Amino acid sequence: MIETDIIIIGAGPCGLFTVFEAGLLKLRCHLIDALPQVGGQLTEIYPKKPIYDIPGFPEVLAGDLIHNLMEQAAPFKPGFTLGERCESFQVDEDGKFIVTTNKGTLHKAPVIAIAGGLGCFEPRKPPIANIADFEDKGIEYIVRDPNIYKDKRVVISGGGDSALDWAHYLANGVAKEVTLIHRSKSFRGHPDSVQKAMDMATAGKIKLFTDAEVVGVNGTDRLSTLTIKHLTEGESTMETDHWLPLFGLSPKLGPLANWGLNIDKNSIEVNTFDYSTNIPGIYAIGDINTYPGKLKLILCGFHEATLMVQSAFKRIYPDKNYVLKYTTVNGVTGF
Amino acid sequence: MENTIHITLIDREGKEHILEAPTDMNMNVMELCKSYELPVEGTCGGMAMCATCQVYVLSDHQLPEKTEDEEAMLDQAFFVQPNSRLGCQIKLTNDLDGLKLQLANSVD
Repeated sequence: MIETDIIIIGAGPCGLFTVFEAGLLKLRCHLIDALPQVGGQLTEIYPKKPIYDIPGFPEVLAGDLIHNLMEQAAPFKPGFTLGERCESFQVDEDGKFIVTTNKGTLHKAPVIAIAGGLGCFEPRKPPIANIADFEDKGIEYIVRDPNIYKDKRVVISGGGDSALDWAHYLANGVAKEVTLIHRSKSFRGHPDSVQKAMDMATAGKIKLFTDAEVVGVNGTDRLSTLTIKHLTEGESTMETDHWLPLFGLSPKLGPLANWGLNIDKNSIEVNTFDYSTNIPGIYAIGDINTYPGKLKLILCGFHEATLMVQSAFKRIYPDKNYVLKYTTVNGVTGF
Repeated sequence: MENTIHITLIDREGKEHILEAPTDMNMNVMELCKSYELPVEGTCGGMAMCATCQVYVLSDHQLPEKTEDEEAMLDQAFFVQPNSRLGCQIKLTNDLDGLKLQLANSVD
């Protein structure tokens, strides 16, 4: 069990700055993030894009901002649980929260700060009505264990790197038969990935359907056939053991949606006095929260984090008085 | 009014909206829809990375060419038609007066 003062869900800019502001109040933090690295969207989606509205930085690359925030937080020695998604929480007998991740890691603290940004990145699922009936029964959105495709017929959809790379990998002596279906004629993966997959298609090791799309999934207990719509030749049916729709990731609120928090349009409602949610002790800051006048800006998230830790301090130490101190006067004393 | 155009937008229920759009505010179609509180998420904030602002272009206006990023996103999105565009990549300019768009379905 990991114990700390504040469990921060989400290691993006807002979560990282919380470590610094909490540290000034002598509160320790532990960050949990579903992604394998810190930085959230900034490192996952746009590390090389410049940001122009961070006060004091006329221009800063998203990746550099995260690097700087890590350096700023470093004196306060934050803990990290990366690559794990927060699933649920419970309250123990002394009123502290216990947060469990999808890998079973337990974290305990009197305060939770949700700084989850857009949420967790989950596979984009094709809009086919009965698709859920076959999830993990022949339809997988992520390849977890390539061995399950040994000697099976596999259909892969998508035109990006993951579709191309898995088609190439599975066609190389793993699957019995690999079919790659893509909606257009051109593939947008890395040129090297495209070339490899195309070479195998030419060699007859990958069956390739372009200008085509899977529009129906059928079977009894498991997936057995796919309905494929071709741009010009109408529909056809194909027998298969597996279908891998690999259409990239999109952000979803995920398990947090079931925590009993007040939610409005995928965002968590907070009180702007201290960014507290409807559950005492749980706060929400940054892009994931909403309130009248909300702006989804990093600089606003920094402000929210700063006010939030003041309230967290009073919750953890109800009898202690705290006076705001300036870093210019006192410097920064780490742990 | 100078630097104001009108865009017709058909929502997912088939209802037509006439949107008054300023062309001197550096705005795009996704932001315009959001300012009218139409059901456009714009999750990624306009970086051509989520397709929640996908629209079908119904009029024959000459739109700027798709960037590589937009092409790549439309490649991964659903409900894509030959006339699909990402609203966030259509900048509001004076020559788009009378543009007619329809909101695409969204799974996100």
